[in-house]
Amino acid sequence: MQISERLLDKILPTVATPARYTGGEWNSVLKDWDSAQVKLVLAYPDVYQIGMSNLGLMILYDIVNRQPEFLAERVYAPWVDMEAAMRQAGIPLYSLESRHPLGEFDVLGFSLPYELNFSNVLNMLDLAGLPVLAEEREEPWPLVIGGGVGAANAEPMADFFDAFAIGDGEEVILEILNTCAQAKRSGAGKEELLRALARIPGVYVPRFYRVEYNADGTVAAVTPTVSEAEPQVLRRIVSPLPPPPVDLIVPYVKLVHDRGVVEIARGCTAGCRFCQAGMVYRPLRERSLSEVLAAVEDIVQKTGYEEVALVSLNSASHPQIEQMVRELTSRYQHPPLAISLPSLRIDTFSVRLAELFQGRRKTGLTFAPEAGSQRLRDVINKRVTADDLLTTAETAYAADWQRIKLYFMIGLPTETLDDVAAIIELVREVRAVGRRYHGRRTQVNVSVATFVPKAHTPFQWASLVGEDDLRARLDLLRRGIRKGGLRLSWHEPQASVLEAALARGDRRLGRVVYRAWRLGARFDAWPEHFDWAIWQRAFEAEGLDADWYARRERTFAEVLPWEHIENGVSKAFLWDEYQRALRGDTTPDCREMCLACGVAETLGCEGAG
Amino acid sequence: MSQTGRYRLRITFAKEEALKYISHLDLARTWERALRRARVPLAYSGGFNPRPKMAFAAALPVGYTSVAEMLDVFLEDRLTPAEMTRRLADALPAGLRVMAVAEVEPRLPALQSQVRAAEYSVRVAWPGDGTELEARIAALLAETDLPCERMRKGRRYTYNLRPLIEGLRVEAREGADYRLWMKLRYGSEGTGRPEDVLGALGLADALVNIQRIALCV
Repeated sequence: MQISERLLDKILPTVATPARYTGGEWNSVLKDWDSAQVKLVLAYPDVYQIGMSNLGLMILYDIVNRQPEFLAERVYAPWVDMEAAMRQAGIPLYSLESRHPLGEFDVLGFSLPYELNFSNVLNMLDLAGLPVLAEEREEPWPLVIGGGVGAANAEPMADFFDAFAIGDGEEVILEILNTCAQAKRSGAGKEELLRALARIPGVYVPRFYRVEYNADGTVAAVTPTVSEAEPQVLRRIVSPLPPPPVDLIVPYVKLVHDRGVVEIARGCTAGCRFCQAGMVYRPLRERSLSEVLAAVEDIVQKTGYEEVALVSLNSASHPQIEQMVRELTSRYQHPPLAISLPSLRIDTFSVRLAELFQGRRKTGLTFAPEAGSQRLRDVINKRVTADDLLTTAETAYAADWQRIKLYFMIGLPTETLDDVAAIIELVREVRAVGRRYHGRRTQVNVSVATFVPKAHTPFQWASLVGEDDLRARLDLLRRGIRKGGLRLSWHEPQASVLEAALARGDRRLGRVVYRAWRLGARFDAWPEHFDWAIWQRAFEAEGLDADWYARRERTFAEVLPWEHIENGVSKAFLWDEYQRALRGDTTPDCREMCLACGVAETLGCEGAG
Repeated sequence: MSQTGRYRLRITFAKEEALKYISHLDLARTWERALRRARVPLAYSGGFNPRPKMAFAAALPVGYTSVAEMLDVFLEDRLTPAEMTRRLADALPAGLRVMAVAEVEPRLPALQSQVRAAEYSVRVAWPGDGTELEARIAALLAETDLPCERMRKGRRYTYNLRPLIEGLRVEAREGADYRLWMKLRYGSEGTGRPEDVLGALGLADALVNIQRIALCV
């Protein structure tokens, strides 16, 4: 039964930004409910304004709705005021398109972008009136599946999901829905459905794996318990990339990234050792100039967006990026279309590129040196020097930019207070360069994030730096980066402990996630809602130690909880990179030479080298 | 690029149920994108951050529907009202509907400054017959001073609602509800709000919905 407008009219006037709960946006797709063989709702465990900016869900929405026999709708986490109003009025969580309660769909597909969204997944299931624990959902429908970068280590969420799709979703989503269609026709039970799903490459059904632990709490072994489950679930990739979606949904509510998007490449060859995306989206697959230009033209016509972003992990490194930007800026002058790139490299080429797409606007340029000292940049394999940065800054200031933003991390492996002091020094040098051109109007904004070690990266064995040390490092930065055109923004380090524990957690953490949610945890990624005390109580009650997960350095011999998820990059390569990091040895971009990371053998790679 | 736009079209449009929760700023963005999809030759402001030259008559509060919203768009190239209507037909989302398009002299003052009153159709849940409603309205209209409270920037202030009411009557009975008609002053000399009128009638909790049915320019 669809939720009636009259019912919503009672609560929507009382909540903030009600238009995020009403759907009906341009290019949203409302298909005939009854004739769809399988009904999928794509769910994002954060608010609409963030979830709608997620390209992965938009890709799946487009693919599934192109199939005549399936339909896909959307749902996002209601903000706390809406949640309270819905619970009070007895309104279950419903889809934006047809306003059906989630429980009436066949499949709930959650994107898992980030560990600090985990509690929201439980809350959304509960708000839909569904048992949050997979084993308590005895009926096959709705099937609850997860995907996205968070599925790279989904163990802490294994209790709540029926299955995970590992890697690119473009092909596997249809295989999953076809399997579901068959199971619906045959009236299969849940066990039978899950076994059929486990046979699909890239699909991980956690209940078919037994996890054994050593006396010290580490994982002893993860073993499949049914013949359909592979000992290693190999990540799926699509290659070459299929055409990008162009019928993008145009929201009414302003989004975090309120613009059209073309993914110009997936994967990255830079090999930064801290970067999970750089490891879990390999190999590099690029879209051609003509494909990108055609996609932008379609997006402009079909959406009316006034800005299009050319996104990838390293957009400035696309071999045709300059032509792309030149062509787009000359083609769309009237009406004007803004072109943006999410990231720039630290080189003069990037500044020239920015001159092309920012034109006279010159709002500001952002670069990510990540670490302050050359030693530490070598450790993380960020192969840029202070000279590179200063030359780049000089080019930018000379070209009349006054504001530069710099991204750094603290808490990187081997970091000392000297490395942190080096951030201050570097920032001041950049300012000194700017002052030669713009005097006191020079502005350098510094954004500092806490490094959190992630699964499937060279730093997956490393420790999260302790909270007191992180605070000392932040204090140093706060004293050194202030006034005189310098500005610092940072995050409180407590949420990093939770993020780090969950990012490398095992299946036992499901109990902690469950308990924390019961105690009221939600929107943990939002500082105004994150409550560390709740999580501390949850860890304590379950007899588990957040620090053991977050701060313990692992050995090569340890069985990591996510080793049965085969990302394609070999453990030996990651360990070798970790050891090189500790020695301060850099590794070249794998466009220059193949580094035998393992992807060529497991998934295939057409890169250089 | 011209600073003013050489041509000016006035679009009268309906904002219907499907879009009643869209804020005014959201609506402006929605129109800009719809006009771009419709390949309307919008004039843009110069400068580093070009904005389309368009202006609404009056912001519609979130939650209201309307059949009488007005928007002036400035164009670089001439477009007949009929052609504008045709192009918009396939570019507007559900919930936005063009009622009329007219060409307007570009040098006329801004639309917003010309609105002096607005008419509303207000539906209220009222269990009894209409006599009591009529009596309350008559009593209210007989007053010369109707002190009313409003919040502005977190501060409470009192104003006189009565002079803002230019007309008020029971329009029709609809099922179990009644529909009221109100004409309220709009603009720099004060803007009457239908909710405040309901409050003064002791009907604050009876509100079902509000539709703007005319802007008087």
